[in-house]
Amino acid sequence: MKLTLWGTRGSLASAGPETVRYGGNTSCVEVRAADGSVLVLDAGTGMRRLGAALRGEGRRVDILLTHLHMDHIQGLGFFAPFFEPDREIHVWGPPSTTQALRERLTRYLSPPLFPVRIRELPCRLSLHDVPFEGFEIGPFRLNGALVCHPGPTVGYRVTADGVTLAYLCDHEPALGLGRVPVAPDWVSGFALAAGADVLIHDAQYSAAEYVDHVGWGHSALTHTLAFATLAGVRCLVTFHHDPGHDDETLTRLLDEARAGAAFPFEIVPGTEGLSMELGDSATLGARLADSRPAY
Amino acid sequence: MAQKAVELILMRQLASYLAVPIFLVDPDGNLLYYNEPAERLLGRRYDETGEMPVAEWSTVFTPTAEDGTPVPPEELPLSIALRKWHPAHRPLAIRGLDGVDRRIAVTAFPLEGQGRRRLGAVAIFWERPS
Repeated sequence: MKLTLWGTRGSLASAGPETVRYGGNTSCVEVRAADGSVLVLDAGTGMRRLGAALRGEGRRVDILLTHLHMDHIQGLGFFAPFFEPDREIHVWGPPSTTQALRERLTRYLSPPLFPVRIRELPCRLSLHDVPFEGFEIGPFRLNGALVCHPGPTVGYRVTADGVTLAYLCDHEPALGLGRVPVAPDWVSGFALAAGADVLIHDAQYSAAEYVDHVGWGHSALTHTLAFATLAGVRCLVTFHHDPGHDDETLTRLLDEARAGAAFPFEIVPGTEGLSMELGDSATLGARLADSRPAY
Repeated sequence: MAQKAVELILMRQLASYLAVPIFLVDPDGNLLYYNEPAERLLGRRYDETGEMPVAEWSTVFTPTAEDGTPVPPEELPLSIALRKWHPAHRPLAIRGLDGVDRRIAVTAFPLEGQGRRRLGAVAIFWERPS
């Protein structure tokens, strides 16, 4: 399994000289199995460059949306494969009790917010509610479950090629936990992340910033580290960086966290362009050490 | 133990902050959680009882009607909320695990999550003056 991080920023695209190291595009992760099958986790602004990379490849693409906040869908309208007539594309999103996924996405993909309507996309497009009982897409075995974030939001567990990835990009497992004992089955997202080889997880705030953002649906880095420890993951990729955090701030926060304690997993800063060839889980550590930004 | 649905996690978290006594059960009626104000009515801390099968909690508090006749488990508001999938309310008398008799009213409602999943039910207790 190979991961490529096309967008790691949270909330709002944040291009500028102060974000060149970790990147300014919002959430988008490419997951490619050994046989070439492609999953795309979220459709933030990072999706535009992924689309360019996939142009002409012809292969089916499955896009798994965690939720429909703008920073997770804005790239849809700029995803080149949508405009390829023979391309088969499946979009999966959280179910709603009131509106189909197509109706909800149409709020964005229609005038006046966007000039092209979903029905005008030339690709062969199918939209699906994420089933909660587990499902398979080609070589990928997937589990989706609702996690703690405002509005229905899905976290994903993806297994292929002997490697398991957990993706909880917008997640506030700490909400209210100060008054609740931390038994794992009562922690949002635990089952998705338990024992995963790689966990990509929200780390938007510093501990000090979190105090003013309780209930906004995101984690302080300290919460992310505690969650990864509880889940027993092998590698944590910090993600959904606050748009107000420049490269210097992100580096400092991670350095402080690493200096404060020893963690039983590798910590990889979510860096736009980073590509990780995971192989099988037995060789994961060595392969992570060789990871480099793809561009 | 199985991962709890996020709706149940959020319900428990909300309950843990409220001053109203709240009792949370799964779709089979098994007790998942009750908050501190409910501990006072039920006479024992949740940390001591933990999760509890329906057959146990529905009798251990010896619920009775106003006239003192026992209320069978299937006629408790929580059981009705789960079975008929609509809110239910009734006054009751209970004997807490501390041995104290209390007059309460119980309002229960079902919890239906995204995807129409039946997640359980919530009961709110109101203490009535003796």
